[in-house]
Amino acid sequence: MIEAQNLWKHYGDHVVLERINLKVREGEFITMVGTSGCGKSTFLKLLLGTEGATRGTLTLDGNPVPDEPGLDRGIVFQQYSVFPHLTVLENVTIARAFEHSPLLGRLFGSAKRQAEDEAREMLASVGLASAEKRYPHELSGGMRQRLAIAQALIRKPRILLLDEPFGALDPGIRADMQELVLSLWRKHKLTVFMVTHDIKEGFYLGTRLWVFDKTRYDPQAPHAYGATITYDLPVGHMDRALYEEIDDRLHPVPA
Amino acid sequence: MKRLVNLSPSRPWALLLGLIPLALVLALYLAGSDARLTENPNDKLLPSLEQMSSALDRMALQPSKRSGEYLFWTDTAASLQRLGLGIGIAAIIGLLIGLLTGALPAVNVALSPLLTVFSLVPPLALLPILFIVFGLDELSKVVLIVIGVAPFIARDLQKHTLEMPREQLVKAQTLGANSMQILFRVLLPQIMPRLIDAVRLSLGTGWLFLIAAEAIAATDGLGYRIFLVRRYLSMDVIIPYVAWITLLAFLLDMALAWLSRRLYPWHHKGAAS
Ligand SMILES: Nc1ncnc2c1ncn2[C@@H]1O[C@H](COP(=O)(O)OP(=O)(O)O)[C@@H](O)[C@H]1O
Ligand SMILES: [Mg+2]
Repeated sequence: MIEAQNLWKHYGDHVVLERINLKVREGEFITMVGTSGCGKSTFLKLLLGTEGATRGTLTLDGNPVPDEPGLDRGIVFQQYSVFPHLTVLENVTIARAFEHSPLLGRLFGSAKRQAEDEAREMLASVGLASAEKRYPHELSGGMRQRLAIAQALIRKPRILLLDEPFGALDPGIRADMQELVLSLWRKHKLTVFMVTHDIKEGFYLGTRLWVFDKTRYDPQAPHAYGATITYDLPVGHMDRALYEEIDDRLHPVPA
Repeated sequence: MKRLVNLSPSRPWALLLGLIPLALVLALYLAGSDARLTENPNDKLLPSLEQMSSALDRMALQPSKRSGEYLFWTDTAASLQRLGLGIGIAAIIGLLIGLLTGALPAVNVALSPLLTVFSLVPPLALLPILFIVFGLDELSKVVLIVIGVAPFIARDLQKHTLEMPREQLVKAQTLGANSMQILFRVLLPQIMPRLIDAVRLSLGTGWLFLIAAEAIAATDGLGYRIFLVRRYLSMDVIIPYVAWITLLAFLLDMALAWLSRRLYPWHHKGAAS
């Protein structure tokens, strides 16, 4: 479904990603880990279409990834993912309003009620049934991310991109959210790309783990080389030693 | 004893502390006025409270001998109409330009230089041109306020539109929004409370241009009146008029603040995320 061939991304002289080759099949759940600033979000932006590749190709079903965000690729960011001026319910129905009302982006009458029923169902499936009239600032961080997920799924994207979606949440809440994402992934048959800074999350969630890291490093010119995918592992087939090795690479113990 | 920087007075104290300087100024004025009036009962510079209230009574509650109008109220109505029109039109123009240049890079490229140049022109220097082009009546005064205020509002809103989290625009696109829908449903509603803020900030400038224009060419209005009676050194009229203008400005500001809290609760309570 998705394929990268010798993909490079530079910002000016700064090489962020280099020599990325990969193939992803429909329905995979990929978690991505790597040190902060190594280019994980940049990779998601390439998939989104807000950034373009400097070299190489990134294709979706054999065609280059569109150079604009679109309906087929939903996204949840760590923050700013929901619209602060809309209630929980409106945050979800607005997606249908965009679909049916090209000029104003507003729904009326039966179209509106239909969108609201659909949105309520989606909100119930992420555990927000009782909060539909509240504004995002009245929600906890976890509830806000649940809303962002419901919103991202309402137009039924094939691909769901998650950029450290639980990074700001407490560990207890994070476990609930992981369950939620897994169940939605199965239910909606999504292909998921999830960035996380929690290696455990990467190791036990989903079907495949990518570790982004630099294989070449020049202390005189830290930006001369970019990160690439150094480990591409099927989840569930990893041993303790490998876990510790990767953990060590990402969080070097200070000497 | 706490450090002074950590010492913040509690509520009743804060109120009292805030009133003391005001009361002091008033007392100082009354003492000065009293002293001058005992020396010379015809002194005009520091009128007593009684003199001012009788002047106000004459202006506000009795018809003018010449025109039969209640001057205080016709002045107020004339000024508020000019100010309201000027600020209202400036708000609409500022909103349009600010939103469009902030949201659409192509419009920004086309309009930014013009906007920058316009906001650098001192509006009062344009007043003679406005009088020549639009004549001496209402239009030129309203246009002066618009020219004086719109560039500020436009630039303020442009900045806020540009500062809107990119994540929201990306999110809207992944939900299938087109440019119009992003403008109307994502950006515009979130810019509206900013517009009210910008209008509140520009009201002071608006009054400045209004009074300047009225002082130079008008037949009524609060600014016209205080500059007219200046010829007779009528401080007993000027001081209540200035106090009234200040009160009006204060009330307008309060009303806008209330409106914003009423219409956009999420803007005031929210951490924006
Ligand atoms: N628009 C940009 N212009 C220049 N450099 C950028 C830009 N976006 C990201 N970068 C740089 O690219 C690197 C990777 O960023 P990012 O993908 O956000 O890392 P992370 O893995 O933490 O998500 C960082 O060093 C960042 O400074
Ligand atoms: Mg990132």
